[in-house]
Amino acid sequence: MSLSFYGREFSSRLLIGSALYPSPSIMQSAIRSSGAEIVTVSLRRESAGGKTGDSFWKLIRELDVTVLPNTAGCRTVREAVTTAKLARELFGTSWIKLEVIADNDTLQPDVVGLVEAATILIKDGFDVFPYCTEDLSVATSLVDAGCKVVMPWAAPIGSAKGIINRDALRLLRDRLPDITLVVDAGLGAPSHAAQALELGYDAVLLNTAIAKAKDPVAMASAFRLGVEAGRTAYEAGLMDARDFASPSTPVVGTPFWHAVS
Amino acid sequence: MRVIVNGEQREIASDSVAALLRELDYEGTHFAIALNYDVVPKSRWSETPLNAGDEIEIITPRQGG
Repeated sequence: MSLSFYGREFSSRLLIGSALYPSPSIMQSAIRSSGAEIVTVSLRRESAGGKTGDSFWKLIRELDVTVLPNTAGCRTVREAVTTAKLARELFGTSWIKLEVIADNDTLQPDVVGLVEAATILIKDGFDVFPYCTEDLSVATSLVDAGCKVVMPWAAPIGSAKGIINRDALRLLRDRLPDITLVVDAGLGAPSHAAQALELGYDAVLLNTAIAKAKDPVAMASAFRLGVEAGRTAYEAGLMDARDFASPSTPVVGTPFWHAVS
Repeated sequence: MRVIVNGEQREIASDSVAALLRELDYEGTHFAIALNYDVVPKSRWSETPLNAGDEIEIITPRQGG
């Protein structure tokens, strides 16, 4: 089964961020090592005379990847909508990773503002990738607004805690079978990514866990393998868990076996 | 006249977006501009006038997650 984002096909189920790496060259190497085809970027104020944006953009262009701009740091619907429009102008893409942040400590999405901003942007022709919580009613509202992709968090951004609310993520997968679901934020280890794919999630979006590893390039490779393992396991069909032991070795013909009298 | 550029009060002589970029010595090539929360496409920078009190955001690509 192929992976599709707004009608475009991809093979890698790992989306990667471009922030927090020890150096620009390590960023490039880690992104290549991850196998990711989609890379998130942001928009920031440029100071007078500065060429910071130019030099960063050159690094991304060299990677030959699809760019997914974000609205990170936006606190209001108005800021997020304007930032999305700036991203469309700057990057020439209708794709936007939509973030409306409610709280500085938890970076919890403002889900009410998120749905409102998504509704405005979709009417304006954007393909919205909303960063949301694992709440089913929020995800359903985003889908009703026209989102074909929904990206619930596993845990707070940068926390590395992995999937906190597995049951809710499973429910989203069951109830939204035709939506491309991405676990975005909070993953810390390749095993966390594997768990998301095992649940049937279409992809994961990672940044801090790779960029802040001792060796980001090796960690990017480990996450690539974790994602592949999880997806392969999902397609292979995991057995159901059960409460009691069940012998794997055949019981019939066990030596020294005596019928209980 | 006084305007706000990237959140800071500035006294400027320019009367258009394009002139402002020259006046403030912006040398890069990848910018997007918002004027009072509306995006001004690059094709309209020369013809878009500035007025006192305007809020201008000058934005470029940056690292993001």
